[in-house]
Amino acid sequence: MNAPLLQVQNLRVHFPVRHGLFTRTREWVKAVDDVSFDIAAGETVGLVGESGCGKTTLGRAIVQLVRPTSGAVMFQGQDLATLNASELRSRRRGFQIIFQDPYASLNPRFTVADIIGEALDIHHLCENSAARRARIHELLESVGLDPAYESRYPHEFSGGQRQRIGIARALAVEPKLLVCDEPVSALDVSVQAQIVNLLADLQQRRGIAYLFIAHDLAVVEHISRRILVMYLGKIVEAAPAKELIRSPRHPYTQALISAVPQMDADSKRTRVILPGDVPSPIHPPSGCPFHPRCPIAQFPRCKVEPPALREITPGHTAACHFA
Amino acid sequence: MALLEIKELQVEFGSPESALRAVDGVSLNLEKGQTLCLVGESGSGKTVTALSIARLLPEPPARYAGGQILLDGMDVFRLKPKELRRLRGAVVGYVFQEPSASLNPVMRVGNQIKEVLALHRPARANNAEVVRLLQSVGIPAPESRLKDYPFQMSGGMQQRVMMAMALAAEPKLLVADEPTTALDVTIQAQLLELLRDLQQRSGMAILLITHNLGIVSTMADHVAVMYAGQIVESTSAAELLKHPLHPYTKALIASVPRLGGNAEKLVAIPGSVPRLGAFPSGCRFAPRCPIARPECSESVPALLEVEPRHFVRCPFWQS
Repeated sequence: MNAPLLQVQNLRVHFPVRHGLFTRTREWVKAVDDVSFDIAAGETVGLVGESGCGKTTLGRAIVQLVRPTSGAVMFQGQDLATLNASELRSRRRGFQIIFQDPYASLNPRFTVADIIGEALDIHHLCENSAARRARIHELLESVGLDPAYESRYPHEFSGGQRQRIGIARALAVEPKLLVCDEPVSALDVSVQAQIVNLLADLQQRRGIAYLFIAHDLAVVEHISRRILVMYLGKIVEAAPAKELIRSPRHPYTQALISAVPQMDADSKRTRVILPGDVPSPIHPPSGCPFHPRCPIAQFPRCKVEPPALREITPGHTAACHFA
Repeated sequence: MALLEIKELQVEFGSPESALRAVDGVSLNLEKGQTLCLVGESGSGKTVTALSIARLLPEPPARYAGGQILLDGMDVFRLKPKELRRLRGAVVGYVFQEPSASLNPVMRVGNQIKEVLALHRPARANNAEVVRLLQSVGIPAPESRLKDYPFQMSGGMQQRVMMAMALAAEPKLLVADEPTTALDVTIQAQLLELLRDLQQRSGMAILLITHNLGIVSTMADHVAVMYAGQIVESTSAAELLKHPLHPYTKALIASVPRLGGNAEKLVAIPGSVPRLGAFPSGCRFAPRCPIARPECSESVPALLEVEPRHFVRCPFWQS
């Protein structure tokens, strides 16, 4: 088997926090802290975690909207983190991102044709204006929009339709990897399924790989082959999707799954209710970052010794001393 | 007699000639100690219905065009301003979706709660009572949080403060409008547990507004499903989730992926939620409905009791 499409190696993204105007001692938010994983061509990897866990920063660091502090983002064998701006621009044909808020991510003064056409122009993908127009129509059709909408503005569309425009824009350059940052969480429930199905169809037809970032475990399970669970900047568990949901090994994943309110009234599950909030990423707890909320923490070990991500069963890793 | 009775409520926005009817003939009943979930997507009128209970909508542009709301034996639309002020807080308390937008950002949280006490229970408007309230909503070390400003707290903690404020006047009804939508699932689980616990201790009724059917399953006794300003189905929570009858409810339940489910493809509802002012004629779900017939767009179907205590607004529910 060839090398994976994307290899993230020991990626770190740290942001400085300054307290006063003249203070020199800086503190750091370790938004992404030593994260490694691979995505194969045509595969969907889900990334879940609560707000502030660093999942969006990780997604943005992969497409280099945020430059990593250290570590490598190997895309088709080339480290994106070392590229300069013009090299990066040409490489961006290979990977694109779609955003959470379809109201904020489309330029309100551009028509749909401008929004999609901009991507085609930047990468010189169309020889003449007739080809450009045909390509825009084809892209609109592929995301289930009427090509006659090309001259409309974003405000004329519903949230679901706007998300389709964002997807068409990303597809314009025929990427191999699409980072989807909470693509359905701003949409009405009845529309979410449309977008999830559209993404699945596009993957089947075009073989695009997805990094699907979301906080809704059920949606992530549905669309992903593998799932990564993030907590305070670190991956705490990674496994094939069904296995992660059926037999989670990390106590955080277990709590996350049991916290999801389920529709079947009959299932009397034992609910693990976690105490407290997610701690501040500026001062993460010592040892295992999850220990202050963990129902099975043992002291002093969990407070002192940071657990490594280790393989529990083949293909299933967890960062817990007692997993 | 029910604690809350809403009869054929109609709420309109704008001038009478060009009014947009956001809520069109909604009727609800809620008994003491029970939880009623109002389920619907954006624009379905669920929040407008909830705000009408304490007459909280600004008039104009809002106008109560018809119907009646009986809360604890009082006809809300006939109350004088002074009586209405007493009703708000003392009989019905509210918790909204975005706690950071509901709390006063420049006032310490202890004082915000004390303000409610001073209005409704002046004898207990002291720090000890505030501490007791903060404790009852599960805020650790409440003495040290009295002087916090809202921005010093996390979203979950802010929502607990909102709950403490709503509960300060010991209301008989708590209206919670998407109280956990802005929060993470682990915090959501904490707050839902807290709501159930508070209800058991105080016996208050809860009107819970949500779009999450999982929350309905864990919280509700009864459910009313709203679509485009109307109730399309209402029955007990267990019945609704097991035997939904209206095509919209069925489609909604089928479109949500289940944890541990094996669905290859989600059943998507085509189209999008109609906007206020652009509601289709006849049955409002007809343009998106899988079993719609030509006659569906002719007249609005009635909400009928098709099985005992199970109301459905669709004449073709059996097909």
